[in-house]
Amino acid sequence: MKTAVLVFPGSNCDHDAYHALKHGIGVDADFVWHKRSSLDGFDAVVIPGGFTYGDYLRSGAMAKLSPVMGAVRRFAEGGGPVIGICNGFQILLEAGLLPGAMLVNDSLRFVCDFVHLRAGTDRTPFTRGIPEGTILKIPVAHYQGNYYADERTLSSLEERGQVVFRYCDPEGNVTRESNPNGSARNIAGICSEGGNVLGMMPHPERCTEEVLGSADGRRMFDAMVAWLGERPA
Amino acid sequence: MKAKIYVTLKRGVLDPQGKAIYASLSHLGIKGVEDVRVGKFMEITLKEIGVEEARRRLDEACRRLLANTVIEEYRIEIGG
Repeated sequence: MKTAVLVFPGSNCDHDAYHALKHGIGVDADFVWHKRSSLDGFDAVVIPGGFTYGDYLRSGAMAKLSPVMGAVRRFAEGGGPVIGICNGFQILLEAGLLPGAMLVNDSLRFVCDFVHLRAGTDRTPFTRGIPEGTILKIPVAHYQGNYYADERTLSSLEERGQVVFRYCDPEGNVTRESNPNGSARNIAGICSEGGNVLGMMPHPERCTEEVLGSADGRRMFDAMVAWLGERPA
Repeated sequence: MKAKIYVTLKRGVLDPQGKAIYASLSHLGIKGVEDVRVGKFMEITLKEIGVEEARRRLDEACRRLLANTVIEEYRIEIGG
C-alpha cells in the first residue's frame, strides 16, 4: 500500500501529511513533485495544504494546470481515493474535480482554530466506518474557506449524499455560530458523485496523535487503509 | 495591441472585501456611496492578431484561467 503526497511550489502541509501517513498510520508514503505526469504504483493521493503559487490569481488556480493534475484526474476516474486538504480542496475545486468555489472568509480574517465537524456520509474511502452524525474535532487554518456553490448545486450535493462534513458545535448541532468562515450550509467537506474524491478545509493530517490536541484525523486515514485493504485488486 | 480584463464577483455572490471597504468609506465620512464591489484588473499586451481573434483567445483565457465562472464574471476591452 503506497500513498502519494503531492508537492507544488508553495505547498506547506506536505511534510505534515507525510508524517501522519508514514509515522502516524504506518503506511508507505512518497512525495510526488507536481511536474510528474504519472501516479502509477500509488494506491491513494493526498493533495496537501499550503499556498501553491502564492495563491496568485485565486487559490489553486495555477496548481490546477500542473502536469500531475492530469494524472490525478485519471486516478480519480479509475476510482482511486483522492483527498484534498485546505489548499488541496481549493485545487480540486479549481480543477473541476469537485463542484463549487471558495470565497474569502466572511469575517475577512484568517481563521486558525480547532473546529467540530459533523460527518454526513460513510461512503468515502476516508470516512468508511465513521457513521453519519459522528462528531470529529479537527483544526482549520485558512483565509479562503468560505464554500460557495449556487443553490441548485448545493441541493444536488445534499440529495446525492456528497456533503461529507459540516461545521457544528461540540454537541453536533449545525449552527451559524459554529461556522468559522461563512460556508454555504456550513459545508466543510464534499465528495465526488462516486465518493472517492474528497475535499475538505479542516486538516486531519494535523491531528493524528493526542499530543496534538486531537487524534480524530487518524480515524480518516485508518478508514482509508481499511478501505484499500478491502478493495478488490 | 493592449487588452484590459476586468474580473468581478457575480451579482449575488457575497463580497466581504467590498463590504469592509464600504464601511470604511462611511467611517471616513465620504457620503453618497451605495455599494462597493472589489475585483481584479489585468492589462494584457498582445501581438497584432486582429481584434476578433484577440477577443476569441482572451475569452478562452478568461474561461479557463483568468476568471472562475462559478463565482466571477469578466469583461474584455480591446484597443489602445
